[in-house]
Amino acid sequence: MAEPRRGPRVGLFVTCLVDLFRPTVGFAAVKLLEDAGCTVEVPRDQTCCGQPAYNAGDRATAQDLARRTIAAFEGFDHVVVPSGSCAGMIRKHYPALLADDPAWAPRAQHVAARTHELVSFLVDVLGVTWVDARYDDTITYHDSCSGLRELGVKAQPRRLLASVRGVKFTELPDAEVCCGFGGTFCVKYPDISNRMVEDKAANVASTGAGTLLAGDVGCLLNIAGKLKRQGSPVKVRHVAEVLSGLADETPPIGDAAR
Amino acid sequence: MESTAHSFPENARRALQDDTLQYMLAKSRSGFQLRRAAAAQRLPEFEALRDQGRDLKNHVLEHLDVYLEMFESKVVERGGHVHWCRTAEEAREAILGICQKAGAKTVTKGKSMIAEEIAVNDHLEAHGLIPIETDLGEYIIQLRKEPPSHIIAPAFHVSKEQVADAFRAAHTDLPPDRPLEEPRELITEARLMLRRRFQEADVGITGANFLVAETGSTIIVTNEGNGDLTQTLPKVHVVIASIDKVVPTLEDVSTLLRLLARSATGQEFSAYTTFSTGPRRPGDLDGPEEFHVVLLDNGRSALLGTEFQEVLRCIRCGACMNHCPVYGSVGGHAYGWVYPGPVGAVIDPALIGIKEAGHLPNASTFCGRCEAVCPMRIPLPKMMRHWREKEFEEKLQPATMRQGLGVWGWFARRPGFYHAAARMTARMLRRASGSDGKLGSLPLPMLSGWTEHRDLPAPEGRTFQELWAERRGKK
Ligand code: SF4
Repeated sequence: MAEPRRGPRVGLFVTCLVDLFRPTVGFAAVKLLEDAGCTVEVPRDQTCCGQPAYNAGDRATAQDLARRTIAAFEGFDHVVVPSGSCAGMIRKHYPALLADDPAWAPRAQHVAARTHELVSFLVDVLGVTWVDARYDDTITYHDSCSGLRELGVKAQPRRLLASVRGVKFTELPDAEVCCGFGGTFCVKYPDISNRMVEDKAANVASTGAGTLLAGDVGCLLNIAGKLKRQGSPVKVRHVAEVLSGLADETPPIGDAAR
Repeated sequence: MESTAHSFPENARRALQDDTLQYMLAKSRSGFQLRRAAAAQRLPEFEALRDQGRDLKNHVLEHLDVYLEMFESKVVERGGHVHWCRTAEEAREAILGICQKAGAKTVTKGKSMIAEEIAVNDHLEAHGLIPIETDLGEYIIQLRKEPPSHIIAPAFHVSKEQVADAFRAAHTDLPPDRPLEEPRELITEARLMLRRRFQEADVGITGANFLVAETGSTIIVTNEGNGDLTQTLPKVHVVIASIDKVVPTLEDVSTLLRLLARSATGQEFSAYTTFSTGPRRPGDLDGPEEFHVVLLDNGRSALLGTEFQEVLRCIRCGACMNHCPVYGSVGGHAYGWVYPGPVGAVIDPALIGIKEAGHLPNASTFCGRCEAVCPMRIPLPKMMRHWREKEFEEKLQPATMRQGLGVWGWFARRPGFYHAAARMTARMLRRASGSDGKLGSLPLPMLSGWTEHRDLPAPEGRTFQELWAERRGKK
């Protein structure tokens, strides 16, 4: 008998924030990918996509980290990232960053073309239309900037959330406005960042939703941090936690264990 | 204008505490955004038009010398004069010279950001002339002795009560008990005061939205019609414009005009689009006797051929600031120099130096909204990043940031050490948070800005890499 056809081989780029703060998101990504028929591997040689250096003007370090990431991932059919920001870095910025390096430019383009944000990969590339999960709450959704504007992630998470049993979805006013995280921006210009996340928190509260989701842990730490400082009961989670059905395994971001 | 861009953080803090300003910002922000979105939606070819606009200005910038010389020869052919000015000083002197030669006392002025850039009003006043702003917004801020806070809505930070106060303080020959509560009353009073000035003026100065190479025309768009009176009533009309304003043909202008009004105010077209081509000809019913164009470089030509060239495509519509969450939080004055918002964050460092204006390209989350709405598709975030690269090369960033980045970079290059450090950090933060799920303060002073305003959600306790290795081991 012939071997059953194996699905695509996917390299998971975990991202430094998921690795450090929210491993559940990594496992949620693995589950979603495996359920969709992928074989998932997690190269050990990955650290960070280099965005902090890139955005701080340190091009050499950013290039160095880009090369390392490319080397670790170029053998996969796809590179999947549970973050629009880091996926955008690899997909949109690596080719520009290494454009003048004849040895690496084609490798950067090769990996960039295969790199996707998790939820858009499920919907746009694998054609997933529903997930087998349940989550009993009213949900609202923040569209993180890079995913939205660099990668066009907007309809995909809404589409899959619509298939989760028990979910009631309500749109967040100004969902497309930045939450004020911005990497080092939030510590370099804390007052401005605070104004922005205050507005975001107020919009979240105005929806009356019990849960806020987004696709980037950076934004989620920022918004959850604000909501928790304000004593808000709103639960904050990465969208993959809900889609994978793993939300029960860990308390919401910034909340104590029950 | 004296720059305070170096104290952007302090300026911003003050702006965040200014309740009137915060109220005005919140009020106008959504209006601008909704109107622009509606206008773009009503025009099916809007996106294609943006491509056209971009390509058109790219072409001009590749042949700037050719089009500028063409423009000059057409102006001269029509009996006008062109004054080439490398610096702000040269431009100020050129304008003062024209005014003095005309024996001017009162000079009316239409709205011009270039005039702000070269601070021409101060210079004229210092030489005994009386410059009068005739755009309502500019008139208000002139009375309040402050710079514009927005490139198309210079007084949008000023409340109507503050306008009334400024009018009462300045128009002392009017009855002190007159009512000034309604916008109508304010506008009527401004009209009355300005009408007198229009009649007295010896020289009228306007800016230019476009310079047309094929005809030697200069073009302004306004919604008040003040520009027309400024340039047709006095004997002498001076146009002040930067070199990047030139476009080849009238056809090209129409492409850009369709983009400009929609992006700026959401109008299909501004109320007045005024063309000036040379002085009054025999038989003309009105127009000035002399027509001058002061062409300012002030560092722009130095951007040609660099990674900043594309910012010269800017048509000063203001859409980038109208959609910027940072501008929307602190307003225009916080930026500390002539051009605020995302376009300012790119152009100000070019004109006054990255050392002075270094905060501006740093004060961005790179959310990308500016680029998404810019009619000329200027990659503003990318150029802000280029400024950060310049700062990095010149070691202008704070030492703590450089060191922090250095340490992080060392680990990020060494996966083994990196994963070990991540494991330790995850545990440490988890332990510090107790059973709370979050931290209210952090030992690192660098991160105090975070915990001043929000909690830090605690990590789950173990890293993904660590848990993944375990899971693999079990299989
Ligand atoms: S940069 Fe673009 S959006 Fe900003 S003012 Fe210029 S043309 Fe308008």
